[in-house]
Amino acid sequence: MQTASVFSFHGGIHPPENKAQSLRLPLGRPSLPTELVLPLGQHIGQSSRPLVNVGDKVLKGQTIAINNGFLSSFLHAPTSGTIKAIEARPIAHPSGLSDSCIIITPDGEEQWTELSPLQDWNSLSKTDVLAYLAEMGIVGMGGAGFPTQVKLQGAHKHPLTHFIINAAECEPYITADDMLIREKTIELVLGIEALQHLVEAEQVIIGIEDNKPTAIAALNKVLSERMSNIQVAVVPTKYPSGGEKQLIQLLTGQEVPSGQYPADIGVLCQNVGTCVAVHDAIFLGKPLISRFTTLTGDALKAPQNVEVLLGTPINHLLDYAENDNKKLKRLVMGGPMMGFTLDSANVPIVKTSNCVLAASKKELPQPAPEQACIRCGMCEQACPASLLPQQLLWFSKSQELEKAEHYNLFDCIECGACSYVCPSSIPLVQYYRHTKSSIREAREAAVKSDLAKQRFEARKARQEAEAAEKEAKRIARQKASASKTGETKKAAPKAAPAATPSANDDAKKLKVDLAIAKTKLKKLQKQLLEAQENEHTEEINTLQLQTNEQEKALALLEEQLAKANAAAPAEAPKAPANEELKKAKVDVALSGTKLKKAQKQLADAPDDAELQKKVAGFEKELADAQTRLNTLSSAAPSAAAPKAAVSDELKKAKVDVALSGTKLKKAQKQLADAPDDAELQKKVAGFEKELADAQTRLNTLSSAAPSAAAPKAAVSDELKKAKVDVALLGVKLKKAQKQLAEAPEDSDLQSKVASFEKELGEAQARLTQMTPQSAAPQAAANGNSEDALKKLKIDTAIAKAAVKKVEKALKKAEDLNSPELETIRQQLEEAKKRAEELEKALANPSAGATTAATNEVAQPQPTSGDKQRKIDLAIAKAAVKKAEKGILALQQQGQDQAQIDASGLPAKLAAAQAKLADLEGMTNSVNVEPVVNKPAATESASQAEQIKQQKIAAALAKAQINKLTKRLADSPQDADNIQQEINAAKQKQQEAETQLTELQLAQRTPSQDNTQENR
Amino acid sequence: MALLRITSPHTQRAGRRTSWVMLMVMLATVPGIAVQTWLFGWGTLINIAIAGIAALLSEALILSIRRRSVAFFLKDYSALLTAVLLGIALPPTVAWWVTVTAVAFAIIFAKQLYGGLGNNPFNPAMVGYAIVLVSFPVPMTQWVGAHELLASGAVPTFSQSLQAIFQHLPNIDSYTMATPLDGFKHKNELSSAAAFSSIDALQLPSLSSWLWINGAYLLGGLMLVWLRVITWHTPAALLAALALMAGVFYLFDPAHAASPWFHLTTGAAMFGAFFIATDPVSSCTSNRGKLVYGAGIGILIYIIRTWGGYPDGVAFGVLLMNFAAPLIDYYTQPRTYGHQKAKKGLKIGEDN
Repeated sequence: MQTASVFSFHGGIHPPENKAQSLRLPLGRPSLPTELVLPLGQHIGQSSRPLVNVGDKVLKGQTIAINNGFLSSFLHAPTSGTIKAIEARPIAHPSGLSDSCIIITPDGEEQWTELSPLQDWNSLSKTDVLAYLAEMGIVGMGGAGFPTQVKLQGAHKHPLTHFIINAAECEPYITADDMLIREKTIELVLGIEALQHLVEAEQVIIGIEDNKPTAIAALNKVLSERMSNIQVAVVPTKYPSGGEKQLIQLLTGQEVPSGQYPADIGVLCQNVGTCVAVHDAIFLGKPLISRFTTLTGDALKAPQNVEVLLGTPINHLLDYAENDNKKLKRLVMGGPMMGFTLDSANVPIVKTSNCVLAASKKELPQPAPEQACIRCGMCEQACPASLLPQQLLWFSKSQELEKAEHYNLFDCIECGACSYVCPSSIPLVQYYRHTKSSIREAREAAVKSDLAKQRFEARKARQEAEAAEKEAKRIARQKASASKTGETKKAAPKAAPAATPSANDDAKKLKVDLAIAKTKLKKLQKQLLEAQENEHTEEINTLQLQTNEQEKALALLEEQLAKANAAAPAEAPKAPANEELKKAKVDVALSGTKLKKAQKQLADAPDDAELQKKVAGFEKELADAQTRLNTLSSAAPSAAAPKAAVSDELKKAKVDVALSGTKLKKAQKQLADAPDDAELQKKVAGFEKELADAQTRLNTLSSAAPSAAAPKAAVSDELKKAKVDVALLGVKLKKAQKQLAEAPEDSDLQSKVASFEKELGEAQARLTQMTPQSAAPQAAANGNSEDALKKLKIDTAIAKAAVKKVEKALKKAEDLNSPELETIRQQLEEAKKRAEELEKALANPSAGATTAATNEVAQPQPTSGDKQRKIDLAIAKAAVKKAEKGILALQQQGQDQAQIDASGLPAKLAAAQAKLADLEGMTNSVNVEPVVNKPAATESASQAEQIKQQKIAAALAKAQINKLTKRLADSPQDADNIQQEINAAKQKQQEAETQLTELQLAQRTPSQDNTQENR
Repeated sequence: MALLRITSPHTQRAGRRTSWVMLMVMLATVPGIAVQTWLFGWGTLINIAIAGIAALLSEALILSIRRRSVAFFLKDYSALLTAVLLGIALPPTVAWWVTVTAVAFAIIFAKQLYGGLGNNPFNPAMVGYAIVLVSFPVPMTQWVGAHELLASGAVPTFSQSLQAIFQHLPNIDSYTMATPLDGFKHKNELSSAAAFSSIDALQLPSLSSWLWINGAYLLGGLMLVWLRVITWHTPAALLAALALMAGVFYLFDPAHAASPWFHLTTGAAMFGAFFIATDPVSSCTSNRGKLVYGAGIGILIYIIRTWGGYPDGVAFGVLLMNFAAPLIDYYTQPRTYGHQKAKKGLKIGEDN
């Protein structure tokens, strides 16, 4: 044993010690209470997780809650009994709030669980010992309840020079540590030695105030007996010498740097209670289930120290210490300097409860009314942190947070020395606490506002970009519509020569106003949506208000416009319908976007019932909007142009088909992910049905549409359809075959394959039937036998191929003993027959063709040019197919988009498509050329050019969308931006497509006229 | 059982309230007042009484106008302390209306208009003193002399003091004479030695009476330091600076300058050092700040005494340093626990 040198610290006070009262009686051991209340958060950090259920029987020392994360602790049953409840109970906390607790009804048996002391702690790895201490639920028992193993781990950051045992106990009244040292001296020393083994500090010093002579003597005796090199440093009694930072300064002369931990200067502090708990855990195997607590105060007739089980209600202890309820005016948990008042005695003792002070009115009187600060400086002289409390008070009162921080407010340890000495009885500590929390709040707000600023700037940039884009589009549209309006202007006087110009002007103006209002409304709605997303409540309100106003204004304008239009009836019927149509379209798009978003959210949180409801709502909305759109689109064009209606419907039907196809694909994909999902299967089936419906509709329409205009086109359309069918079936067949290859025993699949094969055969048959139908008359009509010949040849080849295929299928069916064997055979027969017929036909016209060819010698050049183009076209088509195939193959190989991009195939595809479009355009123009007069031809050529461009644009936009979607999947963090871009791209695509269809329509009309003329 | 809910700490140092602080300061002036009464008659006590009544009345008046609790604030004794300090500082035979003017101005303008106790940037007593010193210079220089040197040859009696204060004493001049500081100031071209041998006010009885007075205030001041009502920093720095200035100039020019001892034992040197400069409200806060503040006052006192227009400079020295106190505070923050060095001033970019 050595004596350590003792330094000094600034300030400090000497309040009346009041320690004698509780030392008059020996250590008490209260009886078992009727229930033990164990809060799950008895330490700093995360609350523990309960391991027991209500009704469980637990043994004394059994683990009842486990740590919940790094900074957390275990909890053990202080006695044997039954878990009565796990519920919120009032706990000892300054807030006076409740927290979840485990409530145990003791059975009185005190039956211990099996204890397994850590016999070989000397040889075990330190990590294991630390883990063991964590499992024993040991936390710092000085006040904060910092999990001990975490503190010990932190102490390994630097080599330790000092390991300080805090036995100062500077707070008045409290004598728990004093009593603990007296009662458990040897346990304390053993615990210190075990801890020293773990931390390996250069010096071990017990810091103890000189007002505990008995404890000091006991310690010295044990230490000299054990020849220990643990030093006892007796420090003068001065509050707050037991503060960690102050004790470190007292014993080492060093200061813990502001904002750092003692471990950073190589010092570790542990409370004596913690050391004894470590001893009990390591040597006895006992977890932390009890502690020494001082029961004191004038309201108690028998103030004393008790060893009390954790969870014992304070009521029980007050009764044990013969509480005089009449005298009790203030119940303090902890000491009079830093303790906190309790609302009621119905709270439990926890791991950090070192004192219960039941004070009478005389003992702790009401604080005197606060007077003005006279800057006497007594607080400054008392402050152990060398702060300027009077200045801090000034800044706190005037809310000068920056200055308060500058004056090191955060170095205040809230010891209360300043408040104690203040002659004006100013509750200084309370002011500092408030200011500290204000500063913390301000800091958080600053961080938040920084983020908001960044967000705002990003948004502004985005909006500017969008606005620029819109402006560019607007200009482009203006240019495009300039020519259109030119046309309409030509047309308008014809249609409505009597229309008054003034009405027209008014209508125009109104339209412009309407457009402006709409733009504003859209902007507002967007802002509103954003605000809702970001939960800016105030903004939402104002924006909502503005939106409503704008809507009202818009409605007014629309009304006016309608009136104006009524006044100018020439324009009236079409415009509103169009307008509504547009609106409906926008609605559909909006609903679709919303739906998608909701679905995405749903994907993230599939269990969210609300979201599901929302999705359903959106779906309904979307459906409504589509219905509306449908009615409108059917109504609108019918009023304007019956022909366009059909084509529009056709378009719509096509879109429907595409949509259904997409949906189906999606559902199938989902199904692939979760094959057992009955609902999904049902959905897929539904989608398939929808798709089929849509296709039927499309078919009827496509047959109906051209039939009105051109019967020939119908045939070719059907032909196309048949081809498509064939192709589709081929794909299906392939797929099924592939699946079959993977699972050859699957009879289901086999029959499927067979049926597909059959269907394919039928489709091919249909195709072959149709081909001569369309080819023959065409050839006859045009007198272009060469073409017919070629076609026949091709048909023959196809028929032959079909024969081969059917033969193959037959073979397979034979192998499988399929029931469709007969049908396939029949098909084979048919196919063979057809092939033969075709061959015959080929032989016949080929003779006639030569004559026709000679007839056409008059115009050899265009024909050869035509041929050349056709060949080019075929080559281009082949190139496109090749590129597509290549991409498909790569995708099937599971390569990602980037690699596919890298392979250059998409670029090739685009190029090939472009070329194809080019060629097609040329073909069209050339086809038209011979029959139409020159100006018409040029017009048609320019239109073809435009179509080509639009096609390319559409393809590009599509590609961009794909890319963006991919990126979205890859980087969800800037989903918003990407979504925005996708929307923009989609818009672009839509535009391109709309223009394309318009152009095609425009082109078809003259060409059809031409063909009619030609006929 | 209605339990009290308040935040820590739950105890307070018993008894040491603001009123106790004020009372201790007043009590510490008792030795000085006794000596002054013994040497100059009852005038000082009468002055204190008049000042006290005037102070309480003006404080009560202004508090009621400001709608504050009159009793609560009167009980902090701060107004009374201002009155006592002014009563001591004013000449014992000064007319009552001078005292009332000084006190009323001190309480109403220097203290309450700034927000009352704790908010006044200037020492109220010294503001009141300076106002009357500037406004009524003649009565302010008429100090009762040492009785050995007086024409009447006696200290004014109680009734004579009363008469003088209420302006019914025609032969007042026979009781008053210049203070040593005044005398030394107006020695004109005389050398120090000649002045000390020829000027009445610089004769031994006069000097020793002021020595007694200063000694008594020193005693009271030390009592305050011992009670920890004030710290040693301000008075020590003030006296040291004054002595140092005097010493330096005395060394260079002993023929014309007065010795440090003369400066420390005449006029209001001790009274100013322990009772005026230590007014906590208007002085500096940190210990280092107090040293700077006290030294500044000491230097200013010497400068005003030697080259200024007034024989003593405590009032103006204190008031001038009151101006500087916030600035000094910014640059003399103590080094906080855990910090490498003390922070100085306020960071640039902060609003202040």
